[in-house]
Amino acid sequence: MLKKIFGLGSDEEEEEKEQEEVEEEIEETQEEDDDDGKSLFGRLKEGLSKTRDGFVSQLESLFRSYDKINEELYEDLEEILIQADVGVQTTMKLVDDIKEKAREEKIKDPNKLINILQDDILEMLNQTEEDDEQPTILMVVGVNGAGKTTTIGKIAQRAKQDDKDVLLAAGDTFRAAAIEQLEAWANKVGTEVISHQEGADSAAVAYDAVQSAKSKETDLLIVDTAGRLHTQSNLMDELEKVKRVIEKESGPMKVEVLLVLDATTGQNAVSQAKLFDEAVDVDGIALTKLDGTAKGGVVIAIREELGIPIRLIGVGEDLEDLQDFEPESFVDALFDF
Amino acid sequence: MIFEGLAEKLQDTFDKLKGKGKLSEKDVKSALREVKLALLEADVNFKVVKNFISKVEERAVGKEVLDSLTPGQQVIKIVNEELTDLMGGAQSKVEYASDPPTVIMLTGLQGAGKTTTAGKLAKKFIKDGKDPLLVAADVYRPAAIKQLQVLGERLDQPVFSMGDKQDPVDITKAAISRAESNGNDVVILDTAGRLHIDEELMDELSQIKAAVVPDEILLVVDSMTGQDAVNVADKFDDTLGIDGVVLTKLDGDARGGAALSISSVTGKPIKFAGVGEKLEDLEPFHPDRMASRILGMGDVLSLIEKAEEEMDQKKAQELEEKLRKNEFTLEDFMDQLEQVRNMGSFKEILNMIPGVGNKIKDLDMDEGQLDKIEAIISSMTKEEKRDPEMIKGSRRRRIANGSGTEVQDVNRLLKQFKQTQKMMKQVGDMQKGGLGGKMGGGGNFPFFG
Ligand SMILES: Nc1nc2c(ncn2[C@@H]2O[C@H](COP(=O)(O)OP(=O)(O)OP(=O)(O)O)[C@@H](O)[C@H]2O)c(=O)[nH]1
Ligand SMILES: [Mg+2]
Repeated sequence: MLKKIFGLGSDEEEEEKEQEEVEEEIEETQEEDDDDGKSLFGRLKEGLSKTRDGFVSQLESLFRSYDKINEELYEDLEEILIQADVGVQTTMKLVDDIKEKAREEKIKDPNKLINILQDDILEMLNQTEEDDEQPTILMVVGVNGAGKTTTIGKIAQRAKQDDKDVLLAAGDTFRAAAIEQLEAWANKVGTEVISHQEGADSAAVAYDAVQSAKSKETDLLIVDTAGRLHTQSNLMDELEKVKRVIEKESGPMKVEVLLVLDATTGQNAVSQAKLFDEAVDVDGIALTKLDGTAKGGVVIAIREELGIPIRLIGVGEDLEDLQDFEPESFVDALFDF
Repeated sequence: MIFEGLAEKLQDTFDKLKGKGKLSEKDVKSALREVKLALLEADVNFKVVKNFISKVEERAVGKEVLDSLTPGQQVIKIVNEELTDLMGGAQSKVEYASDPPTVIMLTGLQGAGKTTTAGKLAKKFIKDGKDPLLVAADVYRPAAIKQLQVLGERLDQPVFSMGDKQDPVDITKAAISRAESNGNDVVILDTAGRLHIDEELMDELSQIKAAVVPDEILLVVDSMTGQDAVNVADKFDDTLGIDGVVLTKLDGDARGGAALSISSVTGKPIKFAGVGEKLEDLEPFHPDRMASRILGMGDVLSLIEKAEEEMDQKKAQELEEKLRKNEFTLEDFMDQLEQVRNMGSFKEILNMIPGVGNKIKDLDMDEGQLDKIEAIISSMTKEEKRDPEMIKGSRRRRIANGSGTEVQDVNRLLKQFKQTQKMMKQVGDMQKGGLGGKMGGGGNFPFFG
């Protein structure tokens, strides 16, 4: 949940109770929204059962077609992983590993390889839960069109629903109508936006927003930034500057950086994560557009190589289309074609 | 990092191959495995890679490559050629309709860069003396219309919009009427980004197509797209019959394997490449550059070119030296011959000898005869090779016996060599300043005549 992730949590004792409540809510919301077929939780559940079935049948049929473990089987597995954008190196690593385990543990049953492979990927993803309740400044960064502004709207919506005070900062002063776009989301969610003119200094917007957040004791300030390619060093410098200003002014607020990655992206996402991390120290990743057919398998390598955890996923264009990243369902979906 | 060192790795593999005297099919296959990995790392779709590699393999295990002096480099070259080929020739043109306005429809996934591309295209058309009308048909994304309007202001060009409450089909229809009454000779439709699996929205595109009959439907694709590119391109092409592709965000460090995937799936040309955020940052697409980029071979390719240049020069210098001093011996000849035979194309190496190339255009080499020549020279002593004059009767018989040839063969070789020497000297005398130019006059290159 967002509160755990970005330090918006309430008292610890409440956590468990909350969990139950949330589950109840899931049921309720689902019933409520079943007819429009568009509710988050309805979709989530539907999505999960779909991917689980898909996963099981896809993999099972794959493994069933082999009565013993052989080279072709491994090649098929490689193929599946590559097609999920897991990348050559990670794929080879995973497959080498299950090969070795199969040998060591004298595994004869192809089916058993499923579990090993899944466990391996889960281990690579190695999700850690953050649990901190400080008011937070969340700086959202990423390449052009990744889904930053939309994700900000969604996060704001979520925090709002958790009764948090949310403030947005229109830090993309570059792209045409970027400010209006954020304002549109803010209107929908019902939050305030701090903005300057198009072409203004992004750091100045951030500065003002942080001051405002501090004086209003806002729980969550989300700073939008202009999309930029990670290779544009002048723009990356500018981003560093924005973060410096935020950190300098943050006072009691915690500063976190969320990198938004488009799940449609292939291996270039590794480079994106690396360079954004170098510039502004990324704390977590939001993986967007998982409602398409792309799998986003590249985040496994990112998690492994750079240690950046995946926190959120985007599954649509509406405010409610945001979910926590669930490693298990993510791994299931990798194999669902 | 994943990408780093890939080019070197490829080069290493090929170097290893080079070290081997002869190249087996298996060697080539293992080299192609590296190529395959390079392509996959560049995000070329898995199935596309599979097909591609088997196609290249067919060419690469041929004798031409296996026996070449630089088999690895030959393989790279073939791969590069095939890649370039697959991506089609540069066709950066958009055909203007004979009956204006020319209607261009931009489509693609969310965040691909359609709106920016619409602005860039408009800029291009303005440069071409056209008067484009931009049409805001994205009624879904917040402020999408405003974004296009801002671009229109910057270009000082009209933007047609009907707000975000109207049906995009109606908007585009009305836009065409507006263009006609306004005298705009180009119309650029900016449609909302959508997922290829969103039936409803894909159907909307079909309806727009039916309503306005665009002259050109372009699919805008982010060059950083991964394996999914084939699904997207296939679906858009299937639904709409796209005419071409615009590849965006190429100013980053993406290998852009999606370009190859899309071309191979749709067979449609990539027409433009977006290389920056400014309105003028739209370029014609270069398949050859893209091919090198996909392989991560930009540097290696130029390296090969350099190596070739250097080899060329070194050879030229040595040869020049020898010729000037009239020291061209059978030993040198053997050397040359060996190199020649190691090269894929015999003519190629001869072409590299300055002043010879243009003389051998329609020369047909007889491999058997070359074998004979090699055997004969191998049976000579060092002294004999350096000073063929000393090879008289008994020596000739000995050499013929040693090489399994007839004395006549030895005689002919010696005679031809003498002629060659004479000719070489002529060339040398003729071009005192060096051997850069063409060889004037003279008959056939005697050895092979
Ligand atoms: N299908 C789908 N579309 C999404 C998702 N997230 C964002 N989008 C869409 O992607 C497009 C780009 O999203 P933005 O939020 O504008 O992206 P951005 O990173 O802010 O873009 P720039 O500010 O231009 O760099 C919009 O059309 C969004 O509706 C998602 O999870 N699923
Ligand atoms: Mg934005």
